[in-house]
Amino acid sequence: MIPGTSYAEVMARRHDIMKSAVDIDYEKFETGAIAFDYEGMMDEVGYTLEEIHAIQEETSVGRTPLVELRNITEVVRRISDPGKGARILVKDESANPSGSFKDRRASVSVYCAKNKGYPGVIAATSGNYGAAVASQAAKRGVKCIIVQETYDSKGRGQPEIIEKGRACEAYGAEVHQLTVGPELFYVFLRLLEETGFFNASLYTPFSIAGIETLGYEVGTETLRATGRYPDAVIVTHAGGGNVTGTARGLRKAGCRHTQVIAASVDLAGLHMASDTDFNRKSFTTGHTGFGIPFATWPDRADVPRNAARPLRYMDRYVTVTQGEVFYVTEMLAKLEGMERGPAGNTSLAAAIAIAREMDRDQVVVVQETEYTGAGKHPYAQLSFAREMGVEVRRGDPRENVPGKRIVIPEHPSQIHVKEVPLVDIRRSYIRNALSHAKGRQISTEDIRFLAEDTNSTVAFVEETMRELGGGEGRA
Amino acid sequence: MAKVLDVARPEGAERVRAGEYVQIHSVILKPGERAPQVPEDTQKVPLELRIKGYLDHDAFLGDEVTITTVLGRKVKGRLVAVNPPYPHSFARPVPELLHIGEELWRLLGVREVREAREGDEP
Repeated sequence: MIPGTSYAEVMARRHDIMKSAVDIDYEKFETGAIAFDYEGMMDEVGYTLEEIHAIQEETSVGRTPLVELRNITEVVRRISDPGKGARILVKDESANPSGSFKDRRASVSVYCAKNKGYPGVIAATSGNYGAAVASQAAKRGVKCIIVQETYDSKGRGQPEIIEKGRACEAYGAEVHQLTVGPELFYVFLRLLEETGFFNASLYTPFSIAGIETLGYEVGTETLRATGRYPDAVIVTHAGGGNVTGTARGLRKAGCRHTQVIAASVDLAGLHMASDTDFNRKSFTTGHTGFGIPFATWPDRADVPRNAARPLRYMDRYVTVTQGEVFYVTEMLAKLEGMERGPAGNTSLAAAIAIAREMDRDQVVVVQETEYTGAGKHPYAQLSFAREMGVEVRRGDPRENVPGKRIVIPEHPSQIHVKEVPLVDIRRSYIRNALSHAKGRQISTEDIRFLAEDTNSTVAFVEETMRELGGGEGRA
Repeated sequence: MAKVLDVARPEGAERVRAGEYVQIHSVILKPGERAPQVPEDTQKVPLELRIKGYLDHDAFLGDEVTITTVLGRKVKGRLVAVNPPYPHSFARPVPELLHIGEELWRLLGVREVREAREGDEP
């Protein structure tokens, strides 16, 4: 019998489709109503750092330059209290073949697909990851399909996503461009079923292992360049893989005291699945629309268990505004001669604010850049924002209103980070986990897991459960 | 030889030859078929797909056609464009960004820069 292709029918068999499309038996790692053996999954399914280095070397991924931003550091020191203003370095990930750190993730997924004998790879992504998968697939002679959310219902394409679609086509991929909506996942599942291709998900252990080399390089190269491990590493945060992989790599490099700080662009108030909000945002990734939901519930991904678990690794989570990121993008071009981003410069904007709090002899590393181009460039994005009725002006970035007003700072001292209290994110994660457990009995193993997955303590989890009224089902 | 009859074609409809690089369009989900979690504004509109490939047979713009994609797969849809251009660009320089470089060099005081003038942003 031919299986039905309606939305409900395809969604009902999503677990089977996903399982055969990544060849991972996720069930064997399940250990409770909530708990699963995360490290076991990473060890068994992923690759060692040495293996990843070898895979990435074959397709010229990684070993990107670590660049000291001397002029930007000087600007920060001019606006800081005496003795303050850490050195700022950036890992120039735009030097990867398709222009972003996403090549690290794609390299392992495509290697894996080919190794396991899949006829091709598919990725559902509107970001740089599509170009990365398409580029790595080209290098290894593997067929590639990219599914993007590109247009609103009037057929207006987000310029940055149009550019990424162009790049995918340039690398030889078949590109499916959809209008707004989470049913992109349905189209993706149907394609997996139809083609038997490998799901080059952003959230498999392979993909996360691919980023560990970035954290490892940041740790070891910073030590070589400055004589110390980074005091803080700022990571642009969306789906959680960047934070997770980088932090794991830093640990493997011996960075025991490095603070891992996640940074997202604040898009609060804009609905990610809204046809009208879609083109009122000037960032298509690195924003809170992904950052918050993926931190508070990582298992919303396109695989049964997400290997990106950012709450385990972030020591601090901050947001910056769109206008601040556009400002530092211009700063990077004019003062350092590097035209990059803008989305990848989210962490740079945060670094400028955070370096001001730190001592002069400390080192802060921004762990990525991304290529810029037509559509992505601040001129393209701000012009498009204006066409969509968004106000663009200079002033105090605190007057920024996502989707309504973009405020470009008048002075670097106006760049600030806004703290996202991790305790709220942890509580929210625990609430989501309990609601997904759907009344199943919560064991001590589940509580231990929740403590680990939220980087908190058993006492904190138990207290939160009592507050939520969910502690009664405990075995 | 059989005569090609195109009686229903509007005057001036563009004939597209087999083998041309084209874009097709289709509706994946109609407004009532959208996922339940989708917000109200999105519920009112269809989920649409656009994809490119090589046209399998001669057709007119607006026809239901089959294409062969770059991967050799067959996909059906309505013919909407022939080799459409990429519409994105760098756009015009944005006035609000123009002076940032000068301002920062002035702050550093290490390089001669144009003096700020009346009318400059901000």
